[in-house]
Amino acid sequence: MTKQIHLAAHFPGVNNTTVWSDPASGSQIDFASFKHLAATAERGTFDFFFLAEGLRLREVKGKIHDLDVVGRPESLTVLSALAAVTTNLGLAATVNSTFNEPYELAKRLATLDHLSAGRAAWNVVTSWDAFTGENFRRGGYLDKADRYVRAQESLRIVRKLWDSWSADDLVLDQAAGVFAREGTGAFADDGDHFTIQGRFGLPPSPQGRPVIIQAGDSDQGREFAASGADVIFSRHSTFAAGQTFYKDVKDRLAKYGRTEESLKIMPAVTVVVADTDAEAADKARHVREQQVSGQTAIVLAELIWGRDLSAYDPDGPLPTEAPVAGSKVTQGRTGFNDQEAVVAEWRAQAAANNWSLRETVINQQNRQTFIGSPETIATELNRHVQEDAADGFVLVPHLTPGGLDDFVDRVVPLLRERGVFRSEYAGTTLRSHLGLTS
Amino acid sequence: MSRLITAIEIDGAGGDPGAWRGPEVDPGAILTGELALRAVQRAEAAGIDIATFAGTLEAPADAAGRVGVQLDALGLAARIAPATERIGLLPTITVTHTEPFHVQASVATLDYVSAGRGGWIADVSTSAEAAAVIGRRDPAPAADLWREARYVVDVSRRLWDSWDDDAIIRDAPTGRFVDRDRLHYVNFTSPTFSIKGPSIVPRPPQGHPVTAVRVSAPDALQAAADAELVILPETTDLAERVAALRTTDGATTPRVLVSVAISFEQAGAAEQLAGSITDWQAAGVDGVHLRPASLEVDVPIIADELIPLLKARKVVGEARAGTLRNRLGLSRPVGRYAAGSGR
Repeated sequence: MTKQIHLAAHFPGVNNTTVWSDPASGSQIDFASFKHLAATAERGTFDFFFLAEGLRLREVKGKIHDLDVVGRPESLTVLSALAAVTTNLGLAATVNSTFNEPYELAKRLATLDHLSAGRAAWNVVTSWDAFTGENFRRGGYLDKADRYVRAQESLRIVRKLWDSWSADDLVLDQAAGVFAREGTGAFADDGDHFTIQGRFGLPPSPQGRPVIIQAGDSDQGREFAASGADVIFSRHSTFAAGQTFYKDVKDRLAKYGRTEESLKIMPAVTVVVADTDAEAADKARHVREQQVSGQTAIVLAELIWGRDLSAYDPDGPLPTEAPVAGSKVTQGRTGFNDQEAVVAEWRAQAAANNWSLRETVINQQNRQTFIGSPETIATELNRHVQEDAADGFVLVPHLTPGGLDDFVDRVVPLLRERGVFRSEYAGTTLRSHLGLTS
Repeated sequence: MSRLITAIEIDGAGGDPGAWRGPEVDPGAILTGELALRAVQRAEAAGIDIATFAGTLEAPADAAGRVGVQLDALGLAARIAPATERIGLLPTITVTHTEPFHVQASVATLDYVSAGRGGWIADVSTSAEAAAVIGRRDPAPAADLWREARYVVDVSRRLWDSWDDDAIIRDAPTGRFVDRDRLHYVNFTSPTFSIKGPSIVPRPPQGHPVTAVRVSAPDALQAAADAELVILPETTDLAERVAALRTTDGATTPRVLVSVAISFEQAGAAEQLAGSITDWQAAGVDGVHLRPASLEVDVPIIADELIPLLKARKVVGEARAGTLRNRLGLSRPVGRYAAGSGR
């Protein structure tokens, strides 16, 4: 059976993927930029709009990182505003389960779900570092091993609150004077991390409850997703790695009594489209050069080596030292678990191609996922989906706010012609777009 | 005498617990936000300066005859922001069981999505119910919670200042997007929390979104000294109360609004209210905070009858254009950490 592709638009983030030096780069914080990208995504009949989150500005060698875009809004507030200017597009908020309490999360997300008539999603992320904790009452108290325990308990309780009303508990009988049945919304829970009780004040939305997205990649993270997520925001965007990940996660579903269709796997991907494949390759190379200045090459290499490499010339050879695990040279962004392997691969490629450090980073670290003519891109995206490397994609543009204009204008029509992507929204809720049951 | 500030309270279907049963009300529109949106748009068209949004952390009590649902006030205000153009938006946000860092980031974001019309009513959660839904702290005396609230207001303003207005430089020659010397750690400590900073949100359009305090209990008065806007219940000794607020040693001299529940059921109610408002203004208040019994019934009467009466008496007039601070006659504060700010 031909699968339908799912698409999401990622608002450009705060790493070097986002190019700010280009004349076409607009504000990363003005609401007009959010409106523009959301309007583009809705014109392209995308499933949802996706916002990442950061709770502390990144630091490199003890100083605030100044080379990349920084400064963004609070997710749920900006998505509530976007609900006013969109009608069908799903609205996905990344919100940390470590530095938020389940009751408040459930209430804020359910509010977005009602205000958008059933288009809200929660991307559940966890963190445990004392670095981020310095901005919060709780501080950095959470052991790394505990973060999924807390996340799982948090998600379980949030769902419990969302399910604390039955569909017919909201009566709204004006003549009889019954707004809601008595006793609705009552809850109590006593877990390892939370002991709470009370009443939840919002009934199910038109989609029942918000969609759950999960992004973790560890064994624990995959199991967490298989047990309760509706969508996985995956890092495995290449064909082979995508297929392996896809099978691994889908195989975990049966033991939770779930069907394969109930969990959508959507890797984050970058796309460069131009008239011809050759022009697209040139354009992609140009974008990568914009993304990786000499200074940025050093910072990215420091992230992998875990060492201060500021003495190195980015246009010279790769560092000769071995990488250091668990370093605090870079704080506030996801590190690498397989440093040794990455360093070995970089050295091999640099030697084979006679690349400098910067050239190595440009070629190894920042290569876009799909590069080509509209025809080539449409064919590749569809192959990934039909051959089970993905169910769809979260598109990460390199420009704010117009970075997906080309894709929507030139690639989406081809996907529609091939009958693998909707031409108009069949339903009004995000669950309906994703083919999930309410 | 200066122009009177006008504000309107959005709370479910209105302040009357039975308002949702009115024949003109679609009670389902409370949940979609449509009821609130219509009321705010109507108020804006009539020239009302501010919409406040009621809110508690805990859900409304379980009583079949009352509106047993409540949207998050901040989310509702954000939903209304792009659908309005001039009116100020002040959701009630409780600070007792929430994270100050998230609160300030949310209010700054509201200021962005409303293009400088954002603010908040800082409130505390004294109830056992609010403590139980979070389960992290026991209920505490109101005096302690208001003391903590002052710290939250203080750190929020510091975090709004933690980005200088010109921190984003996009300097291609040096490869720097931001000038890190224009970003500031706040290193804030209080008895109950500490925050390193800087904020994740660049300095909001108004510099400081407007902070309001509702004097719902005597203990709230200590925080009122820090607010830019104080919402005072109607009392017989209004003139003394207003004078007392003017002489407190807070950082700002707040604008004082007198808050009143209104219904236009009786004939002549609008004229009577216009008279009272004129008297309050003579007593020294800066404005009036109207809490309509029913949004669907009373907001149109406010717009079509009360406001024209006040205009005729020259009590209200054309508002200044621009941000909410502009509208209230408040200057845009210079960031306290910025070089040359003199602080």
